[in-house]
Amino acid sequence: MSRSPLPRIAALSQLPKALTGIDGLDEITEGGLPQGRPTLVCGSAGCGKTLLGVEFLVRGILDYDEPGVLMTFEETAAELTANVASLGFDLVQLQTDKKLRLDHVHVDRSEIAETGEYDLEGLFIRLGYAIDTIGAKRVVLDTIESLFSGFPNEAILRSEIRRLFRWLKDKGVTTVITAERGDGTLTRQGLEEYVSDCVILLDNRVIDQITTRRLRIVKYRGSTHGTNEYPYIITEDGISVLPVTSLKLEHSVSNEIVSTGVADLDTMFMRGGLYRGSSVLVTGTAGTAKTTLGAAFALEACRRGERCLIFAFEESPAQLLRNMASVGLNLAPFVESGQLLIEASRPTISGLERHLVTVHKLIGRFKPQSVVIDPISNLVSVGSISEVSSMLTRLVDFLKVEGITALFTALIGSSHGQEMGEDGISSLVDVWIHVRDLEGIGERNRGVSILKARGMAHSNQVREFVVTAQGIRLLDVLVGPAGIITGASRLAQGMQEQAQALADQQETERRDRELERKRRVLEATIANLRTEFESVEEELRRVTSEEEERQLTLRQDRRQLGQNFSTRPAAGPNGSAE
Amino acid sequence: MDEEMWELRLYVAGQTVKSVTALANLKKYCEEHLKGRYRLEVVDLLLNPQLAEGDQILAIPTLVRKVPSPIRKVIGDLSNHERVLVGLDLRALDAC
Repeated sequence: MSRSPLPRIAALSQLPKALTGIDGLDEITEGGLPQGRPTLVCGSAGCGKTLLGVEFLVRGILDYDEPGVLMTFEETAAELTANVASLGFDLVQLQTDKKLRLDHVHVDRSEIAETGEYDLEGLFIRLGYAIDTIGAKRVVLDTIESLFSGFPNEAILRSEIRRLFRWLKDKGVTTVITAERGDGTLTRQGLEEYVSDCVILLDNRVIDQITTRRLRIVKYRGSTHGTNEYPYIITEDGISVLPVTSLKLEHSVSNEIVSTGVADLDTMFMRGGLYRGSSVLVTGTAGTAKTTLGAAFALEACRRGERCLIFAFEESPAQLLRNMASVGLNLAPFVESGQLLIEASRPTISGLERHLVTVHKLIGRFKPQSVVIDPISNLVSVGSISEVSSMLTRLVDFLKVEGITALFTALIGSSHGQEMGEDGISSLVDVWIHVRDLEGIGERNRGVSILKARGMAHSNQVREFVVTAQGIRLLDVLVGPAGIITGASRLAQGMQEQAQALADQQETERRDRELERKRRVLEATIANLRTEFESVEEELRRVTSEEEERQLTLRQDRRQLGQNFSTRPAAGPNGSAE
Repeated sequence: MDEEMWELRLYVAGQTVKSVTALANLKKYCEEHLKGRYRLEVVDLLLNPQLAEGDQILAIPTLVRKVPSPIRKVIGDLSNHERVLVGLDLRALDAC
């Protein structure tokens, strides 16, 4: 709807805009406030209306070289200067440099008596004089409705304020006018919002004891603008507005692989680690060493020579260091060398937006290549699931755009954990590692598995992992009859196998001995048989030789008998056999 | 009797109807109530805009009673007789 189909429209110049220099506001207003026109900033007490005005002026002076006039109706110049000094705005110096002019308009009804016709030309003259002396391009009027308390004639005031807006436009100064929010209306008088070209509504809302500030552009004549409510916060650097939905999915990606910090875990990824710039979610129930995984990741990043930032929402830096040192993850040297920064805070210390801004600011300042947030699930205590998920969306997007490898841990409990993991951000992250308890016979063991890893194949196994004094180690998978085997069952299985092996060995030895025995028996039998054979052979030989002898004897006898035939008849027992 | 000199300053912006009326009215009151005991200064802010800040002038015309203290301000064209007298505390003076 912002574009007209007619091509000639594009040739027309856009509405000139004045950049505010306020973080995020220029993005929502698509280039700043309407130049040379009045903008109304309204909101209830404590919204930061004055601050927005002052920041608009100061940034205008410092960043865009546009001098400004600040006309205050409530705070004196000295008070205001002191108030914004905490934000690093040196109003005194700017005044000395003739870049800024502060004019405190004091309105006191008790000093003023009304006698007939009058107008506010005096105000116009003062303002005009202030603008002309420094050549101001920007004007802030804070808070113009104070006039209503000083001057009883409302009819005159209303017409004069109308005239003032007109006059400011004619002057060509970009004006910010602040106003208190009225009951059911944007302003108390119900006037300024109609005569302003742009209306920005600031809102300060407390939900569950946590304050969230939100900004919305109610109207913007002649320009498109972001229409949503945008959270904003007041930080030590001024106002920061965070557009929720303006982030685009356009970040570039890296093909480089980085380690998870656990060598065994790396092997579960086909490419041996994570893509640089990816977002990793580590979920798990209580006490499943999520933080340890995070610390291992951070340590590995530091060892690679990268800068790493840890946001700890549960432990103080000292406690984290001590605890991680106890499992062989010695982070302290990197903290000392400035490579590792641990930012610890309670989630409830501020609203989600402030956390997000803290993260943004620290990342902007520290420029890490890796970030660990431990744990994101704690943030649920600050906001609702949808708020947290919207915040995390922005956070993940931000980290991706920056090309930072990020590891988030999340506690998955029985109550809200599941949504947190599944609906909340699991779709945002690239890698989801789940650590869980494997409850066996009388003990708990940790099992780690990869639920998803975008862009690479990964192991589907549940690996048992142990936290030793030397860090995290994954054990080989043992599959028993009832699934994988861990812990004491693993030991039992081991012992069982050992016993089995021993038994097998003994069986083998027994068989060997049996064989040996048999062999010996057989050998003995063979020896017996041989002996027997020898005796038979001998017997046979003896018989044979006896036979030969007998034959020989017989032949001799015959021959003798033949010789003696003539002498006497044969009468031997053997002679008849012939 | 209070013989103190009254110092009055009238702020105007050019010769507008309201300014002219205010000056005429003021002179009338002074002659009536403060004859010989007042000093009147007319400041035209169009000529001297820098003077507006000092006396916290917003409305035009504004009459400021500098002396006697405390400072009193009366805005408008001074056409309401009663209010001017109350505003400048002239009635109390008359009663003395």
